[in-house]
Amino acid sequence: MKHSRIGRGIVALAAAGTLVLAGCSAGGDGEEGGEATGGGIITVNGSEPQNPLIPTNTNEVGGGKILDSIFAGLVYYDAEGAAHNDVAESIEPNEDSSEFTITLRDDAVFTDGTSVKAENFVKAWNQGASNELQHLSNYFFEDIEGFEISDGPDGEAGTDDDIYGAVEDMSGLTVVDDYTFTVKLKQPASDFPIRLGYSAFYPLPDVAFEDIDAFGQNPIGNGPYMIAGEGAWQHDVEIELAKNEDYNGPREVMNDGLKIIFYASQDAAYADLQGGNLDVLDAIPDSQLANFESDLGDRAVNQPAAIFQSYTIPSRLAHFDGEEGELRRAALSMAIDRTEITDVIFDGTRTPASDFTSPVIDGWSDSLAGAEVLEFNPEEAQAKWAEADAISPWEGTFEIAYNADGGHQAWVDAVANSIKNTLGIDAVGHPYPTFAEARTEITNRTIQTAFRTGWQADYPGLFNFLGPLYATNAGSNDGDYSNPEFDALLSEGSQETDIEAANALFQEAQEILLKDLPATPLWYSNVTGGFGESVENVQFGWNSVPVYHEITKN
Amino acid sequence: MLRYIIFRILQVIPVLLGTTFLIYFMVFAMPGDPIVAMFGDKTPNPIVLEKLRAQYNLDKPFFVQYLLYLKGIFVGDFGVSFSGQPVSDILARTFPVTGLLAVMAIAIEFFLAIVIGLFSGLRKGGVFDNVSLIVGLLLMSLPIFVVAFIGQYFLTIQWSIFRTTVGSNVSFYNMLLPAIVIGITLFATSMRLTRASVIDTMNQDFVRTAYAKGLPRRRVVPVHILRNSLIPTVTNSAANFGVLLVGATVTEAIFNVPGVGNTLYQAILRGENSTVVSFVTVMVLFYLGVNLIVDLLYAVLDPRIRYA
Repeated sequence: MKHSRIGRGIVALAAAGTLVLAGCSAGGDGEEGGEATGGGIITVNGSEPQNPLIPTNTNEVGGGKILDSIFAGLVYYDAEGAAHNDVAESIEPNEDSSEFTITLRDDAVFTDGTSVKAENFVKAWNQGASNELQHLSNYFFEDIEGFEISDGPDGEAGTDDDIYGAVEDMSGLTVVDDYTFTVKLKQPASDFPIRLGYSAFYPLPDVAFEDIDAFGQNPIGNGPYMIAGEGAWQHDVEIELAKNEDYNGPREVMNDGLKIIFYASQDAAYADLQGGNLDVLDAIPDSQLANFESDLGDRAVNQPAAIFQSYTIPSRLAHFDGEEGELRRAALSMAIDRTEITDVIFDGTRTPASDFTSPVIDGWSDSLAGAEVLEFNPEEAQAKWAEADAISPWEGTFEIAYNADGGHQAWVDAVANSIKNTLGIDAVGHPYPTFAEARTEITNRTIQTAFRTGWQADYPGLFNFLGPLYATNAGSNDGDYSNPEFDALLSEGSQETDIEAANALFQEAQEILLKDLPATPLWYSNVTGGFGESVENVQFGWNSVPVYHEITKN
Repeated sequence: MLRYIIFRILQVIPVLLGTTFLIYFMVFAMPGDPIVAMFGDKTPNPIVLEKLRAQYNLDKPFFVQYLLYLKGIFVGDFGVSFSGQPVSDILARTFPVTGLLAVMAIAIEFFLAIVIGLFSGLRKGGVFDNVSLIVGLLLMSLPIFVVAFIGQYFLTIQWSIFRTTVGSNVSFYNMLLPAIVIGITLFATSMRLTRASVIDTMNQDFVRTAYAKGLPRRRVVPVHILRNSLIPTVTNSAANFGVLLVGATVTEAIFNVPGVGNTLYQAILRGENSTVVSFVTVMVLFYLGVNLIVDLLYAVLDPRIRYA
């Protein structure tokens, strides 16, 4: 009797266990025993896309990486950030850069075999700009005629009928013939052609307009790579991309495909790189910053990227407006020892800032008038602070807000200490537990302190670092900065048809920013990464993503 | 027995309502707007914000949101994540993976606890007993990520015995290292419980009777001593199973296991109410189920325990 009782218990346990195990093998076994390396497929790190793979509805790196591989836009960016024609044969501006005539190659095709026509661009852009769909990147179409921002027919703000986007097809887009269309802008934008390599401007095949949600789970593109068949996107695990043999654009694909493995932690990705399961890693975890260069030797990558970091002091804060504000902002900036902080806290993976853009962007400068305000100068800082005190004495604590979930504490504390030691005032970091919480307070303008800010460029143009951030009423102008002189220089630069002349004006505009310091430049973030022994020709692009198609594997 | 089981299953209903409500409330009360965070450092237009909030029911009052969620569950709809996937798909994908990891880890823990605990108990105060006590304490006091990193570094990167991370290659062998890591950081408590219980049982009358009857040691030890010493070990291991479902996050992140911990962590960061609540609900169900099985096992292990 007793035996059978125990026996039954064990059988029951075993059965329960097998059930669980059986459930697993049904779900998980992707590719049993298949070596990750081999066969000319490059394995790279990534993260699960936060949104369906629709170009106009993806604004983060994880999904962007995939979209940039499976779609080809009118232009593409090379490793240096220069834009070259891809699907476009020519993009011609009119005399003040307010209208562009775009001609396409007639031999580009989507992977479902249909030709890439002017209509595919126009329809995709209209859909992306749609007020109804509210895609995350719809602000990219703001400048095109027909994109509306208003309080809707009832004339009241904050109601359901508010309009942000195109209610019907944008009037600025006209299809001339199968391979030609024109774009009319609300106001001149000399850098419009450079923007066109950003994912929001990719074309969509006809099938996408039938059911965009289904398309987002199984996108069909026209780029150097394509989704490697049904089920190639294993959510939260990986996505496999195959070389698109039909792609006939200017980018030559040197490998057979990509396997983008999604990691929840960069530490696991780094371990995989060391263990030989990963070929290319484009973000070194904080815990390895001090030693990755000695670990990887010449397979380590550490170069500037198009990421600008700063803190912003809203001008509505007491003591930070007018002449007093100008003095205080300059004093605070000069009290920060950027060189030491980038060395000690970031192990040399940041580059002290000398302007408001990034060294990888055409038009960057380290010799703008007034840039000395970004150098550590304790005496000058104290003098300026004293001058400001003479106008109105300082009281209280200078706080810099940051989100504690993003690894910012170390540098914020270092900056606060630098200020405290130099100026002899109380300065501390002000942590918010989550990114969402910090951003909500910033967006609602309820934040009562300075706060960390950063900008990763959408496209490699000087304007992208300035217009959206500091122009009066601009979308991401979190400090509500406004200076008519600055605005005038920006719009003058936007009307230039020559990029050099435009950049000169944008630099002049930055000199105003150096005086007003709406945001205080801190440093440019470097892209840190590494690659394995089996791959060669790994170059990191201007946007911190490796130039995948050029990587070879032996 | 059957009445007892039905009663226990009915108990699940109020517990579930209570937990979903609490969790939903906590996620709701989390400060910050998840939609704002979707835009990174860029500031979204207020009109865009409002429309996206409406899409995820975030513009409605707490009770309305919660009732809408409950209504969805009744028709088998757990909602969709921000990436447009049905939450039920995510559940079906991640739970078996974490389940496998947990079962393997518990099996390792249980095996180590019983074998080592039994031998320690039988030779109380001996060399083996003392060594196992020290080793057990040492492993118990090490944080799990330390064990995981050390294991990962030496066993995968240096000696290439296991795969560094799991990723898409979910298989028994690839999950072994993470399971061992969890198992050895957990086994010490169960091991001590088994040991104490074995020592206690050895002095019971029925053991003495068994020996007096002339039964051999190889029969007395497994049947009379071990079986009657298992209850505390089983209870502790079952409690660990619940802890594991939630607490595997660290291990899952280190070994990139596509399971519950990793996914739940990301969902919490993104403030995806429906994903978070659904995950926790299923975890609670699991935990209750395991505890029910354990309670029933008591009766199997010790006939003196009866449920009516």
